[in-house]
This record gives sequence, C-alpha cells and structure tokens, in this order.
Amino acid sequence: MLTRRVLLSSAIAMTVLLAAGPVVLAQDASTGFVLRLGNDLAGIVNGPGTYEDKKRRLAPLIEEAVDVDGIARFCLGRFWRTATPEQQAQYIQLFHRVLINNIGGKLGEFQGVTFNPTMTTQREGETLVGTVIRRPNQQPNNVQWVVSNTAGRPKIVDVVAEGTSLRLTQRSDYAAYLTRNNNSVDALIGAMRQQVAG
Amino acid sequence: MPASFEGSKMRLLLSRLLVATSVLSVAACATRPPASDPDAVAEFQQNNDPAEPTNRFFYRVNDGIDTYVFRPVAVAYRAVVPGAVRRPVHNLLANISSPVIFANDVMQAKPRRAGDTMMRFLINTTAGVGGLFDVADSLGYPQHNTDFGVTMALWGVGEGPFLFLPVLGPTNPRDAGGFAGNIALDPLTYASFGGSAALGYSRYGLSAVDARERVLDPVDQVKRTALDPYATFRSLYRQNRQSEIDTTRADNRATVPAWFSRR
Repeated sequence: MLTRRVLLSSAIAMTVLLAAGPVVLAQDASTGFVLRLGNDLAGIVNGPGTYEDKKRRLAPLIEEAVDVDGIARFCLGRFWRTATPEQQAQYIQLFHRVLINNIGGKLGEFQGVTFNPTMTTQREGETLVGTVIRRPNQQPNNVQWVVSNTAGRPKIVDVVAEGTSLRLTQRSDYAAYLTRNNNSVDALIGAMRQQVAG
Repeated sequence: MPASFEGSKMRLLLSRLLVATSVLSVAACATRPPASDPDAVAEFQQNNDPAEPTNRFFYRVNDGIDTYVFRPVAVAYRAVVPGAVRRPVHNLLANISSPVIFANDVMQAKPRRAGDTMMRFLINTTAGVGGLFDVADSLGYPQHNTDFGVTMALWGVGEGPFLFLPVLGPTNPRDAGGFAGNIALDPLTYASFGGSAALGYSRYGLSAVDARERVLDPVDQVKRTALDPYATFRSLYRQNRQSEIDTTRADNRATVPAWFSRR
C-alpha cells in the first residue's frame, strides 16, 4: 500500500513538474543569465586594474548582454519615426557610447558590490529578474533586470532600480530636451556628441 | 506689543509671498500642444506637469541653494564623519521616526508592516542601544519607510499635478499634504524637551544632512549625464513614488508568524 501511494504521489509530482517544466526552465535561464552577468560585472568592478582598464573591459560585456539598439529606439520614442535614416544611424551609434560612458562613470560607486537574486516574475513576454544589491555603508537596493528572449537568446532590455526604469527615465529626458529644442533630432545628436566628447 | 507687531509683519510677508506665487503660477502655465499632434498631447498628459514653467523656476532656485548650501554640507559630512558613525546616526534617526511609520502602517491597514515597525522599535531601542544599531533587521523584521502621502494614496487620493516646491523639491499636492500630515502625526512634534525646541530642530537638520548625503552620488550622476535634469528628476520622482505605493499595496503578508504556522 505504501509503495503504491508513493508511486502515485511521485507520478503526480512528475506530471506537475513536466507541466511546469518549460516555464521554470525559462525563468531559470534568465535568472542564471543575469547572475552570470552580475558576477562578471562585479568581478571587473572589484577586480584589479586601473579605472581606464576596467572601463575597456566593461564595454564588450555590455554590448554582448544588453539590447542597446532596442533601448536606443525606445528612448527616442515618437521621434524615431520622424528621424531620417542617417539621423537614426548617428543616434544609435552615439547612444552606445553614451550608455557605456554612463555605466563607466558609476564604476567608483560600486566598489565592493555584492548581489543576490530575490524573485523572478514574468510580464508580457519579458522576464523580470529581481536582485538585491549591497554596497558597503549603503542601504541595500532592489534592482530588477528585464530580460527579453525575442532575439533567440536572453538580452537585457531594461534595468529597474527601486521602481525607476532606466529606459523610461532616459526617454523622458530626451523627450524634454527635444520639446525644448524645436523637436530637432539634430540638436539631440549634437548634445549627445558633446556628452561623449566632454 | 512687539509680539503682535512681529505677527502682523509675518502675516504681511506671507500674504505677499502667496500673491507672488499665485501671479507666477497664473503667468506661467505650460502651453498645451495643438490637438493636431496627438503624440505630443499624450506626452503632455503623461508628464502631468501643467505648471512646468513655474516648477522649472523653483527647480533652478533649489538647485542654486543646493549647490551652495546643502550639497557642500553633505560632502563635508561624508568627508569628516566616517561611515562607522554615519550609519548609527542614520539608524538612530530612522528609529525615532518609528512611531509615525507605525501610525501610517495602521492607517494603511497593513498589520504585518505595523508589526514589523513595532518590533523594530522595541528591539532596536533596547538591544540596539537606543536605536544606534539595527539588530531587528537580522532577526526577520526588515526596515521599511512610509508616510502619510502613501497612506492617502492607498485611501484613493489622486496625486494631482506635479509640483517642484522650494526646499521640499519634487512633489505633488497629495505628497506635500502628506509631508505636513506626517509632521502632525509625529509624537515628537509635540514633545517639549525642557521647553526647548533645539532638539527638534537638530533632528530635522541632521535628517536633512543624512538624507542629502545618501543621495550624493545618484544626484551628481543625474546632473552630469542628463540633458534635462529637471525632466529626469521629475520622471524619477514619479516612478519611485508609484513603486512605493504599489509595493505597500501589494504587501498582504499574513499576520500569523512563521514559527506558529509551521506547527
């Protein structure tokens, strides 16, 4: 009797596992992807080498893991459609450099960083991988990494720190700048060029 | 009577200030984009900032005060006072705001959060040496912050238009009211220490320095990297506030402690 019950319950467990399998695996893949990336990033930040060294090693890692083109298009919002192909190309190219610069500028802040996964959730085809980031003498921060698999492999499409989305904030910054500069995409490109040069 | 003279002078000053602000807000309303541009109209509505020119004016005023007063004080605080002292100071300030957080937890009908706050206050005041050390966190009572603005949001009060106020910074009518409500709810507001207000003022002063020091890096980063820092701060404030409200609303943990339900 006992063995039958065990068999039965394990059969039920198997069915449940099989039914839930793919979802769990997909979540785990995204979580694993974020954790690997986080460990690589923390390794560079906390590792040896000069500041310039670290910044150089950061760039390929970001290009590999982050959907920079997609984020760039999102951030230009409604102005993407009105921009000429040349403007789009220039803008995308500058966006890559601005993003890498901005992340590089934060390197010093993240010295001694550690992070742990919290909860992974699904939302409209995207996976939100929750982590808590701890830095010495700082309050821990909740950061969610939004991972999309539309390109066939996981790519980060947004980072949400304490409820504030990186791409939404960037988009409102660009929108405000464009509105105050006669909706001129050229003006935005000029301003970004100055940011990269300065 | 010198006292009533002072009072009438104060009233005059206040009424002048009120007139000045109302003139400013009437004169400076954001121009709504034409209906022929639906995308621009949608963006205008999403920003929820009809008083943008006035808000930008106060942003510049605040930014000036911050550059020459608040930021240098915070930088000096970080440079002079080591982290090993700043942290207990922060814990102490957080601990003495426990009663007002507890009051809001109760009014938000969040018993588990109220319990967390209560236990934190009891544990940290005793075992944490008057609140200098956060012992409760490692015992399973995590820290959370809340205020009367969040309470009103949970009661269904809308945020109203975005405001950038002098000294207070980014806010909205509901959260500005919440700020005042929080002061009114705080028992320490009514405490008198030998008839002296010095302790109350030092607490507010120290809280301001502590809060500013904690955001030194992110604020510097925004000012360095944003093309329009005002719009970026506006977006950050509104997103962060909404997430605070959503997190609180979603926190429906059971009040039965884990050690009890496991039996």
